[in-house]
Amino acid sequence: MSSFLRSVAAEFVKVFTTRLWWMLAIVLFLYIALLAGGLGALFAGIQTGVISPDAVSTGGGSPSFSNLPPLIYGFASSVGYVFPLLLGALATTGELRHQTLTPTFLASPRRGMVLGAKTLALTLIGAGFGLVAIAASVGVGGGILGAFGVDARLLDPETWLLVARTLLAMGLWAAIGVGVGVLIPNQVASIVVVLAFTQFVEPLLRLASSFLEVTAQIGNFLPGAASDALVGASVFSLANTTTVLPLDWWQGGLALLGYALIATLLGYLVSWKKDVT
Amino acid sequence: MPTGAVIEFTGIGKNFGKVAAVSDLSFTVLPGRVTGFLGPNGAGKTTSLRILLGLVAASSGTATFGGLRYRDLPSPLKTVGAALEAASFHPGRTARNHLGVYAIASGLPRNRVMDVLTQVGLGDHANQRVGGYSLGMRQRLGLAFALIGDPGVLVLDEPINGLDPEGIRWIRGFLRDMAAEGRTVLVSSHLLSEVQQSVDDVIIIAGGSLVHVGPLSSIDTNTAPQTIVDSPDREALAAALTAANIAFSIGRTGLLAATPDPALLGHLAFTAGVELSVLHRQKVGLEDSFLALVGGSHSL
Repeated sequence: MSSFLRSVAAEFVKVFTTRLWWMLAIVLFLYIALLAGGLGALFAGIQTGVISPDAVSTGGGSPSFSNLPPLIYGFASSVGYVFPLLLGALATTGELRHQTLTPTFLASPRRGMVLGAKTLALTLIGAGFGLVAIAASVGVGGGILGAFGVDARLLDPETWLLVARTLLAMGLWAAIGVGVGVLIPNQVASIVVVLAFTQFVEPLLRLASSFLEVTAQIGNFLPGAASDALVGASVFSLANTTTVLPLDWWQGGLALLGYALIATLLGYLVSWKKDVT
Repeated sequence: MPTGAVIEFTGIGKNFGKVAAVSDLSFTVLPGRVTGFLGPNGAGKTTSLRILLGLVAASSGTATFGGLRYRDLPSPLKTVGAALEAASFHPGRTARNHLGVYAIASGLPRNRVMDVLTQVGLGDHANQRVGGYSLGMRQRLGLAFALIGDPGVLVLDEPINGLDPEGIRWIRGFLRDMAAEGRTVLVSSHLLSEVQQSVDDVIIIAGGSLVHVGPLSSIDTNTAPQTIVDSPDREALAAALTAANIAFSIGRTGLLAATPDPALLGHLAFTAGVELSVLHRQKVGLEDSFLALVGGSHSL
């Protein structure tokens, strides 16, 4: 086995020999299950007339949820992406925090190779998180849609394409997490930045950018928007007020890949190749 | 049996900003011997060792194992085993998994993990999370990491810190055994007394510069130029010394005469008819010699 593949295997073992991964995976599942299940029930109820549109304040007009299943299934990545992002960032900053970079670099002195191995391992584990999130959004969300008599479209190839793109997006988010981790090696700072950006800054930017054509085109390249474009469905698309279309799925994927590469390469220079003391 | 490689420092220097942490270090560490790398805290020992291991980039010079830099070694953990001072463990990982990660990364057989844990006396604690380890157990785990590739070279930074007396006795024997098997053993310490029973050679640095290289015995000779002498009739003895032009001072246990030769004083007293009650060379401990070397306040 080549030294690169050995390093990838070692990075897998690192993640799976501490408790973080399954704690994040459980919270991810519960969070997405609650959201997809709850909103699935609400929207399906409105669509089927079980819940009167008058009973929910939508500010006038009955919402049209013509494409309900992909919207619900899309929660897996449109909301769940923060989990692989955190996993990647924590797996990377943890090495600096616990000074395990010392034994890591003693075992594998080629640091660029180690970072590449870490990125690949976390990307695959991120895709695994995608499976967990899909289990929640399609499993629980789809089940509830079915219970309301809405076609869950489980046999529709489009649905399975969405699943595949969700795994890709979640994998890329974990890779971005590794990049964020090397870029912001302080673990606490890294967590704060990830949470502040994903939960507050970016949603605001996406909303603000959506009012003008020019800014909407730029806003399309925000990481969360690119991710939603890659997967192909998001609650944010409901708020779109301009005629600017989101990126194509492959454009969104390339944009995410670009974020991952830029963050990782910059981080390599900022922290990874520095002295380990 | 793995064979040791020669460690060679050639003009190693390291600047942190404008501060020179280490400057122009050149020395050689030979296989089959235990070499003590000594100096007070902050002398640059850890920085030097981290440069040797490729963890810190040198500002100048090269440090090699058998002519190869650490990063150029084909399989580093099988050539060099290192235990550094910092506790480099994830507290939530068990000792077995901690070592397993690096065994996998280095392509070592999995059974090496339990072998080395048993060797350092942690066999019964292999599946315990490292967060619950005592300082001594962490030191042993660090040593287990160093041993995992059965390397010919051992580089250990302050391995005795935090060990209990039984552990200290154990590691002293361990260091001797490793050198006896032909391995190169480099051990740092800020206390000579900690390692003086184990080391053959010493490399002493202070303030980032080399102050002494040689066998252990080289720091012990000619360091005690005084002889302690006393008599029931101290005044007569003092007069005899003065007459012979030998300088002396009055110490706690007698007169401190400025000569390394007790026989000379014995003859002097005999011819002067002065009875002696004490006559011996003043003993200066290795530690005092060591402190004198690194202190720099008075050279020997």
